[in-house]
Amino acid sequence: MGFLTAEEKGLVNGLWGKVNVDEVGGEALGRLLVVYPWTQRFFQSFGDLSSADAIMGNSKVKAHGKKVLNSFSDGLKNIDDLKGAFAKLSELHCDKLHVDPENFRLLGNVLVCVLAHHFGHEFNPQVQAAFQKVVAGVASALAHRYH
Amino acid sequence: MVLSAADKSNVKACWGKIGSHAGDYGTEALERTFCCFPTTKTYFHHFDLSHGSAQVKAHGQKVADALTQAVAHINDLPNALSALSDLHAYKLRVDPVNFKLLSHCLLVTLACHHPAEFTPAVHASLDKFFSAVSTVLTSKYR
Repeated sequence: MGFLTAEEKGLVNGLWGKVNVDEVGGEALGRLLVVYPWTQRFFQSFGDLSSADAIMGNSKVKAHGKKVLNSFSDGLKNIDDLKGAFAKLSELHCDKLHVDPENFRLLGNVLVCVLAHHFGHEFNPQVQAAFQKVVAGVASALAHRYH
Repeated sequence: MVLSAADKSNVKACWGKIGSHAGDYGTEALERTFCCFPTTKTYFHHFDLSHGSAQVKAHGQKVADALTQAVAHINDLPNALSALSDLHAYKLRVDPVNFKLLSHCLLVTLACHHPAEFTPAVHASLDKFFSAVSTVLTSKYR
């Protein structure tokens, strides 16, 4: 067995196929900045982050959220080797971006909330459990090259 | 972490909408917690944790009732939750990390059932509220 069981892979891919990655990316990043305002520290150049509405409507937030989630989506294609898939990005986040890996865990959980919000009952406990494994795996992979 | 007037208002409004479903949501949040974070089951080794368990249902109702009380006394959580705080400190001794896990699953449950209410601002207020409750419940640990 790899990182996920065959059943969990099915649940993850089944749901992810219906996700509008661009939109969900913007939503997840926006909510991260609203719910955990200290994360705004990485986005000083993004302009108006003064209110929930400003953040959610901010075009730079949306664009960056889209970038982040497309990257996450690419990573899902290599679910059995997340550390390999995210090695370069891990180095980038450590050496250039200086992002505390705790932020990856926060974003992962916000993403889970966004998926729950979009999919409602379909996002049942088993589906959530599979996604919790995925976001934990991605966070861990992104932190793996830190030194 | 201080709850603003807006946070309190958001929480009261959202909890008000939940109404009599609170028990169901408490139960669902517990089920999600056990399913997603299996280590949390160590505190319930004496429970039947299968889906539909009467024990989990009763416990979910207990958790929901406590949160309803907390919402009603949102201006004075330490007093309102004092007995529960003692219970968790001296008897249950649930490791503090687990409050975050249950809080997250409460958010997920509410997001699933009340998409219209679960705006970013309300999401933030609820997260702060659960965090404040968790802080009170672990405040006497040492």
